[in-house]
Amino acid sequence: MSLNWFKLASPASFYPVAGRLVPLFWILTVGLLLLGFYWGFFQTPDQLGGSNAQKEYYRIIFIHVPAAWMSMWLYMVIVGWAAIGLVFNTRLSFMMANAVAPTGAIFTFLALWTGAFWGRTSWGTYWDWDPRLTSELVLFFLYIGYIALHSAIDDTRRADRASGLLAIVGLVMVPVIYWSINCPDPTQCAALHQRSDLTRIDGNILFSMLIMTLGFWMYSFATSFMRLRGIILTREAESAWVRELLSQENPK
Amino acid sequence: MKARQKRLAFVGLAIVGIGAASALAVTALKSNLSYFFSPSQVIANEAPPDHVFRLGGLVTKGTVQRQKDGLTVHFDVTDNAQTVKVAYTGILPDLFSEGTGVVAKGRLGSDRIFYADEVLAKHDEEYMPPEVASTLQTAHAQGVVESAAQASGATN
Repeated sequence: MSLNWFKLASPASFYPVAGRLVPLFWILTVGLLLLGFYWGFFQTPDQLGGSNAQKEYYRIIFIHVPAAWMSMWLYMVIVGWAAIGLVFNTRLSFMMANAVAPTGAIFTFLALWTGAFWGRTSWGTYWDWDPRLTSELVLFFLYIGYIALHSAIDDTRRADRASGLLAIVGLVMVPVIYWSINCPDPTQCAALHQRSDLTRIDGNILFSMLIMTLGFWMYSFATSFMRLRGIILTREAESAWVRELLSQENPK
Repeated sequence: MKARQKRLAFVGLAIVGIGAASALAVTALKSNLSYFFSPSQVIANEAPPDHVFRLGGLVTKGTVQRQKDGLTVHFDVTDNAQTVKVAYTGILPDLFSEGTGVVAKGRLGSDRIFYADEVLAKHDEEYMPPEVASTLQTAHAQGVVESAAQASGATN
């Protein structure tokens, strides 16, 4: 069993595995997103009650919260792969980190963007320098910085190590985002953004939120593996197996 | 093998250091980030005079008064200890209502009235249909009273 894992760590043997997994993850993505959207639009209340009397527009939650969760989770995935790459000097783990980064950046942007529209209607402003909004913006800049630093260094192995270190240092932001709202009393709260408490969310709303999160996760796998295949081919372009593969696909 | 252990120790130390930095940042955010001033701080003259600052608190029930021009609104903001009067001309956000949290940006006038340029509504993390929320509301109100009693007991 352990032998299998080490075999998968080689780009040449993971390339076809990723290729076979991509369609599977796309099917899961489409299925979960359809279920999540259906449940979110038709099985949830049209209006909320209590001191949070939002109307239809609260449904942005089904995009906003999963995107924000994925933005933090994917960053931790990048850091994990970068740390493994730095310690064990494995090529594939750095490629994984590179492949995940654009998807993470997109989800961070999506969380900020949907949050802006939601904030305009519910709070009365698109943007505010609230601790959570600010720390999420810094996370977006970290993703951009990671991608930019990697592409700024020509030597791939140096680029891997430098951007991997940057990613690890940037990990400081994830707990800051998570705990940026932690006061029990709204009059003492140093935040505009509300806390999150899954026990105070209606079951149907929570269900579609979690299904959407799973869908976004499967989407991350699908796009990362597609990107990973491209990265493997580019980096291993000189190796025998890639040449063989290309000659099979373009017989002359 | 030796080099690998060295790298492992290096990355491990880096993660521990970052964890410590992160913990410090979180504690700093917790204690002294003055995103806004509470009515008690304003009454105690802790808020900067002749400067734009934010006032945060709850809208006191029964104090929201629309003036004759139809746009100006007067209301009280409280933190259950002190109260500041607020005047605002403009469109209020959707979720502004009595008893809920607001953040107002503006200046304190010489008449001790806070003239706001911007009023933002806060809402809580409860996402429930109205019928469920109304049954929960009584329990929630009790909880608020209890926590307020505890808080005042702690400060006194």
